Amino acid sequence: MEVTIPILILAIPIFMFLLLGLGGVKMSHKVAGILGICGLGTTAALAYIVACTYYFSGDPLFIVDGVRQQYQVFDVTWLAFTQNLVVKIGFLLDPISALMLIVITTISFMVHLYSWGYMEGEKGFQRYYAFLSLFTFSMLGLVVATNIFQMYIFWELVGVSSYLLIGFFYKLPSAVSASKKAFIVTRFADLGFLIGILLLSYYTDTFNFVELTQNPELVLGTTGGATYMGASVLTWAMVLIFSGGMGKSAMMPLHIWLPDAMEGPTPVSALIHAATMVVAGVYLVARLFPVYCVVDFSLTFICCVGAITAFYAAMVACAQTDIKRILAFSTISQIAFMMVSIGVAYDKPIEGMHYSGLGYMAGMFHLFTHAMFKALLFLGAGALIHAVHSNEYTAMGGLRKYMPITHWTFLIGCLAIAGIWPFAGFFSKDEMLAAMFNRHWFWGAWMTMVAGLTAFYMFRLYFLVFWGKENPHYKEHRPHDGPWVMSLPLILLAGVSICAGWIPFGEFVTWNGEPYHIHIEAPVACTSLIVAVAAIILAAIMYMKPNSLPAKFKNAVPALWTAANRRFYWDEIYQFITHKIIFGIICKSIAWFDRHVIDATMDGFAKITQSLSFRIRGMQSGQIQGYVGWYITGAVVIAAIAWLCFA
Amino acid sequence: MKLTMLWYLVPSIIMFVCGIYGFMTRKNLIAILISLELMLNSADLNFVIFNRYLFPGSMEGMIFTLFAVALAAAETAVAIAIIINIYRAVGSTDINEVKQMKF
Repeated sequence: MEVTIPILILAIPIFMFLLLGLGGVKMSHKVAGILGICGLGTTAALAYIVACTYYFSGDPLFIVDGVRQQYQVFDVTWLAFTQNLVVKIGFLLDPISALMLIVITTISFMVHLYSWGYMEGEKGFQRYYAFLSLFTFSMLGLVVATNIFQMYIFWELVGVSSYLLIGFFYKLPSAVSASKKAFIVTRFADLGFLIGILLLSYYTDTFNFVELTQNPELVLGTTGGATYMGASVLTWAMVLIFSGGMGKSAMMPLHIWLPDAMEGPTPVSALIHAATMVVAGVYLVARLFPVYCVVDFSLTFICCVGAITAFYAAMVACAQTDIKRILAFSTISQIAFMMVSIGVAYDKPIEGMHYSGLGYMAGMFHLFTHAMFKALLFLGAGALIHAVHSNEYTAMGGLRKYMPITHWTFLIGCLAIAGIWPFAGFFSKDEMLAAMFNRHWFWGAWMTMVAGLTAFYMFRLYFLVFWGKENPHYKEHRPHDGPWVMSLPLILLAGVSICAGWIPFGEFVTWNGEPYHIHIEAPVACTSLIVAVAAIILAAIMYMKPNSLPAKFKNAVPALWTAANRRFYWDEIYQFITHKIIFGIICKSIAWFDRHVIDATMDGFAKITQSLSFRIRGMQSGQIQGYVGWYITGAVVIAAIAWLCFA
Repeated sequence: MKLTMLWYLVPSIIMFVCGIYGFMTRKNLIAILISLELMLNSADLNFVIFNRYLFPGSMEGMIFTLFAVALAAAETAVAIAIIINIYRAVGSTDINEVKQMKF
């Protein structure tokens, strides 16, 4: 494959970032927006060309005997630490990176288009497009990374662009603190990631993904069985690397930044905090999947973290009032779903399972479909906020008559995420649940329950916003659908959300590149469908028309409801740990030590010197003859001593 | 009576002690400068004496003395210039009048 197109895919967004970032002030909003949209449109077209070439060309570089290969388009040395340890920058094409190229550029293009209408007239419009380009560049660089160090570099870059975009409305104190929170929490997680990378590369002498994943058993041999605190060093390394993914993908207990990140503009939430950046953790696990398989305990750990997070986030989403927060918790829950799905997969055949790698394929499938319908839901939420000027569902209600396009597309998104046939979410969720049931009934049952909760909270949101009582303010300010630039992405994404499930995904993406033929497992599919429909009916009974059921339910378990509403007090726990324990006890005692021991020692030296000098300053009398007297006395004394000692 | 090194060193040390005495007791800056020159010349004398008696074959001490004399001349010029400036500023060459440079 030519290197020009892959280089252009990365070069165009970074060039647009520099152009709009440096020259944007001189441009009008229109020029900047058109430049941004055209730049990203070109990138998207090129990314589609590359992905289609990879999947469909049949070139022996990409596919050998029906098995898809990993292919490094280019891989140039960037930093050479030692002979063996070299950091390279490259472009890796394999099933998942080609998939991510499509997902990122599609969603990013939709968001660019949508923002043209949504951000119209905002101060800093050019800056916004510049940051979007920076983010797209970083995310593309992340997914095509040939080695884990390159991934880490771009990993930090997406963190920075996320920070910049969350804090886009930098005059709002809440946006500023949300951006800081997001950056600090993910940065804290990335510390673990970095330590994991260093551990892994120290023992294996390589950063390269292809080398790591082709022969994962070799990785095991390199450590010589070194252990730390009861677990092997590799387990530590892989769990620490996963902790980076936990930060970015908002797994418990590092999820606290994502709900606050909703302070950013809504299209940004759709792009970064729903479809692309937050799935970087899933992508990381998928990328290192063969290594995770050979390392004990790490996949189980991923499963447990995912299962707990999925349930927690679904519970919280049922009790939020801010529509973007509901979607944020839904995102956390769905990403956790993917984590569990990849966690139950395995690279070697397992007894009683017809295909042990199913979870991997299903997780990536759900990543793809979720990106589409969650971006759709966020953009729909953006249209609602644009029309009503509030994030709270209490300000909405009965909007289906006023905003038909938003209503229908949002409904499609809700049906897709709830897993109703024939929408996209049904197929990917069914595969995931089938994989979980195959591995152990517990995972399947647990996640089916989460899927039911998902259907419930999404339709709670849907009915509260589009049905129910109309807000009296509509008479003064009649809500309406956005301009066509906002509606078009909604319609396109809704179309994708309807059709994407029919894609024979297993032919394209599996853990080892061999095609897998998807088939629906009837018992699993029926169970999840029945659960989802029951949840939707329950939501309809409770929220379709104003009635006393929600209040009754709330009063029946007030403690649970309050806890869920306050997100089970995680923010308060963090506040307590950071402010009371870290700042209050640890930092205060360190400050005391610094002030009273280190500073005091230095002050003591200075004081002694000063008092001594005050005492002897009389000798500095200004009388030269006095000095000479002292000098001669001294010389005579030294001479006398020397004479006594040496003569 | 043989003329040993001591015969030369004793006048030199007398000169040096006279220089110290003058330096510490005189009040006039010019007189102090003269005392200083006396000490310097005594040191020059020592160079010559040691060269003559200890290393009769070489000439370094002699040449170094010539250098020192030349330097002393230059240094005297600078010192005189300073004294003249002090006289202009203070109106006297008494060392007790020049005590500003202290703590």
